[in-house]
Amino acid sequence: MDTMRDRFAPVVSRLLDEDPRVAVVLAEIGRDGFAEAARHHPDRVVNVGIREQLMVGAAAGLALTGLRPVVHTFASFLVERPFEQVKLDLGHQDLGAVLVSAAASFDWPAGGYTHMAPGDVALLDTLDGWTVHVPGHPDEAETLLRHAVAAGDDKVYVRLSVQSNGQALPVDGERFRTVREGRSGVVVAVGPTLDTVLAATEGLDVTVLYATTVRPFDGAALRRATRAAGTDVVLVEPYLAGTSAAAANDALSEVPHRVLGLGVGRRELRRYGQVAEHVAAHGLDARSLRERIGSFVGAAAPA
Amino acid sequence: MTNATDMTHTYADLPGLMGLMTGDEKHGPAATSTLDVLWVLYDRVLRVSPGRMADPERDRFLLSKGHGPMAYYAVLAAKGFVPVEWLPGFGSYDSPLGHHPDRTLVPGAEIGSGSLGHGLPIAVGTALGLRAQGLDEPRVWALIGDAELDEGSNHEAIAFAGPAGLDRLHTVVVDNSSATYARPGGIAARFEAAGWSALTVDGRDHEALYAAFTAPHPGRPHVVVARVEPKSA
Repeated sequence: MDTMRDRFAPVVSRLLDEDPRVAVVLAEIGRDGFAEAARHHPDRVVNVGIREQLMVGAAAGLALTGLRPVVHTFASFLVERPFEQVKLDLGHQDLGAVLVSAAASFDWPAGGYTHMAPGDVALLDTLDGWTVHVPGHPDEAETLLRHAVAAGDDKVYVRLSVQSNGQALPVDGERFRTVREGRSGVVVAVGPTLDTVLAATEGLDVTVLYATTVRPFDGAALRRATRAAGTDVVLVEPYLAGTSAAAANDALSEVPHRVLGLGVGRRELRRYGQVAEHVAAHGLDARSLRERIGSFVGAAAPA
Repeated sequence: MTNATDMTHTYADLPGLMGLMTGDEKHGPAATSTLDVLWVLYDRVLRVSPGRMADPERDRFLLSKGHGPMAYYAVLAAKGFVPVEWLPGFGSYDSPLGHHPDRTLVPGAEIGSGSLGHGLPIAVGTALGLRAQGLDEPRVWALIGDAELDEGSNHEAIAFAGPAGLDRLHTVVVDNSSATYARPGGIAARFEAAGWSALTVDGRDHEALYAAFTAPHPGRPHVVVARVEPKSA
């Protein structure tokens, strides 16, 4: 199966053909995928070299002239390195852009911590007005990329990962989707964590919600789910543990509730290896999740 | 004071307009260093007016050096972008005019600024965006300070814009010798090395500024280094 990132350049290249507003800004990473598009649209495919501050500032300038910039590089260099540009050149200027990251929390474990960004969504949470899409399958990534580019002048972050579920589900760029219904707790599985969450909760009497658009957080879906399943809520996120805990608390502020945030640990792991090894090290494999979810909701099924 | 809408203000009115703003004395030298550059640009060079702010064909002026914006506000008031009546409220809770400008509050301001090193990269993108839409007439100007030039983001923009041939892009560096470390070879040399057209002039001499601002520079971005008295003088 191809990866979400494999879809990025072809999808956005088509959008460049279809919509004269669309422009792409790169900082070397990902440029080969746009070689053909750059020949057709030399003024709307811009590679600024290895200059991430300029990449975001230039995107803001493009937006000032009415274009719809799509900005891409690894999450570490897209959100973290030029964070003040994201805050000021886009946010403070009241301008929109589509930021599309790759490498996610640990897509290249052998590359080490310099190329990991488990804190990207939490960092964007310090800013106002960002839509955050976390697709769980390449087909969903394609749909959500199209939603993001078509979203007027909104500020949208699309987080692409090599981690993926086996099957795509229909996604609408807004709402959580109910995948399983139970009566002893609600588990929110974000993006590529869904398959593992479903395996981990097999036989547990819990509702599973699937979230591919996490900002704005679909609080209404969470409240609806808790009416039948109770207000024990577990969040399983493929980035920093607890990133959406505040959003879940806000959604349930009118009722007594408990929230357990599972995700990537804050402590730097300092290990290389494979994605699966990092998933396990952060307790995000099916066995660990089953243990932690089961003991939290008090509904552990027979092994 | 005359009404902002009658458009009769001249250069001689600017000190009076600036005098209406108080409370940012720390930024005083920074404010006056840009006064002549701003006046010559708005009076004789930029093709902008209060009625043209939605016109895609207008020139763009991006004030990157957002601290000490009194001269900027005075010029915007003199040219009718903001009411003169706003000036005395400078920096107060209800005023749209802060100690750093906000584009969403100040008519005529293309960007909000204050944090150093943002205007020139945004200007690069603006020049790219205009070019991509076939808008070849508008010129883009960014004003930065000599110490602001220290910011690495500016060096990213300078290094890119020359080889990219962004000839609609212009920068004016107001040099009041406020950078801690002098730039070896001078400021203009930094730009020239990156493929820019560069001129250095007396930043108080209106004719010299006008000539430098309007000098042809085919195929290359253009920088004018406007030297004024040192900040400490």
